[in-house]
Amino acid sequence: MKLRTVKLPHFNNAAEIASTEIRLPEKVIISMSQHGGVPCTPLVNVGDTVKTGQLIGISDAVISAPVHSSVTGKVTEITEIINVFGKRNKAVVIETDLRQTLHEDIKPPVIDTREDFIKAVKDSGSVGLGGAGFPTYVKLNCPEDSGVDTLVVNGAECEPYITSDYRAFMEDGEKIAAGIRIILEKLGLKRAVIGIEADKPQAIKKMRSLTEKDDNISVASLKSLYPQGAEKVLIYNTTGRVVEAGKLPMAAGCIVINCSTVAFIYDYIKTGIPLIKRRITVDGPIVNKPANLIVPVGIRIKDILEAANVRKQPDRVLMGGPMMGTCIYDENTPVSKTNNAVLLFADTKPSATTACIRCGRCVNACSMGLMPTELEHAYDAKDSELLEKLNINLCMNCGACTFVCPAKRNISEKNQLAKLFVRQSKEAKLKG
Amino acid sequence: MNNFLIEPSPHIKSSITTQKVMLHVIIALFPAVVAGTIIFGLRALLLVVLCATFCVLAEYIFNLITKRKQTVSDLSAVVTGILLGLNLPVSLPIYMAAIGSVAAIVVVKQFFGGIGQNFANPAITGRIILMLSFASYMTTWSEPFWYMNSGVDAVATATPLAMAESELPSYLDMFLGLRAGCIGETCIAALLLGGIYLISLKLINPVTPVAFIGTVAICTALAGGDVLMEIMSGGLVIGAFFMATDYATTPLTTKGKLIFAIGCGLITFLIREFGTYPEGVSYSILVMNIVTPQIDKFTMNKPFGVKKEAKQK
Repeated sequence: MKLRTVKLPHFNNAAEIASTEIRLPEKVIISMSQHGGVPCTPLVNVGDTVKTGQLIGISDAVISAPVHSSVTGKVTEITEIINVFGKRNKAVVIETDLRQTLHEDIKPPVIDTREDFIKAVKDSGSVGLGGAGFPTYVKLNCPEDSGVDTLVVNGAECEPYITSDYRAFMEDGEKIAAGIRIILEKLGLKRAVIGIEADKPQAIKKMRSLTEKDDNISVASLKSLYPQGAEKVLIYNTTGRVVEAGKLPMAAGCIVINCSTVAFIYDYIKTGIPLIKRRITVDGPIVNKPANLIVPVGIRIKDILEAANVRKQPDRVLMGGPMMGTCIYDENTPVSKTNNAVLLFADTKPSATTACIRCGRCVNACSMGLMPTELEHAYDAKDSELLEKLNINLCMNCGACTFVCPAKRNISEKNQLAKLFVRQSKEAKLKG
Repeated sequence: MNNFLIEPSPHIKSSITTQKVMLHVIIALFPAVVAGTIIFGLRALLLVVLCATFCVLAEYIFNLITKRKQTVSDLSAVVTGILLGLNLPVSLPIYMAAIGSVAAIVVVKQFFGGIGQNFANPAITGRIILMLSFASYMTTWSEPFWYMNSGVDAVATATPLAMAESELPSYLDMFLGLRAGCIGETCIAALLLGGIYLISLKLINPVTPVAFIGTVAICTALAGGDVLMEIMSGGLVIGAFFMATDYATTPLTTKGKLIFAIGCGLITFLIREFGTYPEGVSYSILVMNIVTPQIDKFTMNKPFGVKKEAKQK
């Protein structure tokens, strides 16, 4: 079985541009919600002085990762922001000092057991750096008898423009290899596969030579097709295993971790510095000099716009890739741990939607084997049973269907509305 | 504060549009129009152009009267018109072509909701309406190059499907289209050129023409007929490449298209072999158009990671 895919333009203009550290911003806004889980509660108050790497937010919830200050400075405000999921949550505003000092508690974690390792990953504040941002420790914390034997390292980077994972391979390849070895050892996994798209031959070559002597680590060269980096697609194309509908990769014996996350975990184990900065690609049609920037978590889009060399004023700013990224409307929006790119566009023209001509392109684009045309009819008819029968919940909003549609219909958007509708109708039914 | 535009993802889209798809189909039909004009004269070109014009006008006026959004710019009416024109005998009176065009667009397409909503192929149904209404005009065929014999009107002759074996044209003549028939159906070379163009641009799925023509070929061979002659006769090639591949009226998945095409091939063969009509391509496509929703229902793609038992519950 071959999964359906689409061919996208690459626009990997920033691929061969070495990462540089952005100038320290005047202030950062650190969201207490850095991922899809439960937001953290701030541990600091207005007027407090915080140091780089200091813990400033925690939560008791399982699917949660602690938040640390990315700078040294003074807390000026505990404010509310709207996160990328459209929900409000607290954020800590910190005005930066000229002098940046690491918090005194920072030291490499002591790791003896598997539990120590998972706790260390939890304390590091690590979330998936590839975009979805699931707390890493939750993924690693699989029961020992769960049959998980394979670590899949996601370096597919299938979205156009984004090159931050590619730069991670080129600049931190050694750390990725060492990080993989640690994870394999601590969790007692049999093997690791690094999945990299074939349009990054340098990264494939580098990782192959770095893992030459590791019998249990292999590098899979994946066809450069979208959505190669989607978890289920990646697992299938690297291991041949199928993740059942509604189940997690664990059910297929796999843990999937982004390559930049692996490099971070290695760094954390060696230094104890939590997740407070990350690499982002700044690019887009109006950017003169595409760049890969190392930015502190919480830096505002405004500061990135100032650092970017643009031809004209952008009218559309994306966080993440052009296929699954989110439009932001406020330049004061802070970068979170999960943002792998900031893309700038200008002269946006609204595309006119026309009638579906039943060409079937969306049907041939869906890697999950869904029937987008039928889903659209079912949603328009508000038929939640039919939507479920058509497996609407398999849709991961990769956007391939909308991309290929000649009628420019927002099919993937409708699928998300349909998922919400199914959930709401179910809840309504339960209530009677 | 600087506010930016927001929209749902994805934020980039392919450059293909409905209009471009239709434009490519028009380009693909161009060789057949040229061949038809060379073989059957300028009147053939006039008929095709008029059909396209009538179709566009019909859609434009219908949208105007019913206060719908104007859709003629998607060029689908032009495609319908050209296809209908190519499926008419060159001697057909203009007013009949006009009736066929209006029926195709208004009755078959617009009454059902316009582009993408019609269940039957407009051009084919338009042709069938004309066949039923003006049977003798629709089966009066002209010899190739009749217009070169000065002073002679279109000379009635039989199509190869209705000919005795001794009168049949050679394979080469059949391939080049030098035989009596509808304007655009005779020149196999031109139709193949257009078909390959559409396949190479991935605008049509090759499964449909291959399975359609293949089924007719296999059935003919089993019945002991002349396979090549059967394939190149009538409207099989134009039907298989340009009508049975219509998006709106045929199944969505490759599996569905395969069933559709085999069905078309079987019905075509049965009508040709046992029916009272010499030709069955139009009817076969129309019948399969009607069962397309049913085919669609049981040929859906298999969702990833969904077990069969779970599906039946």
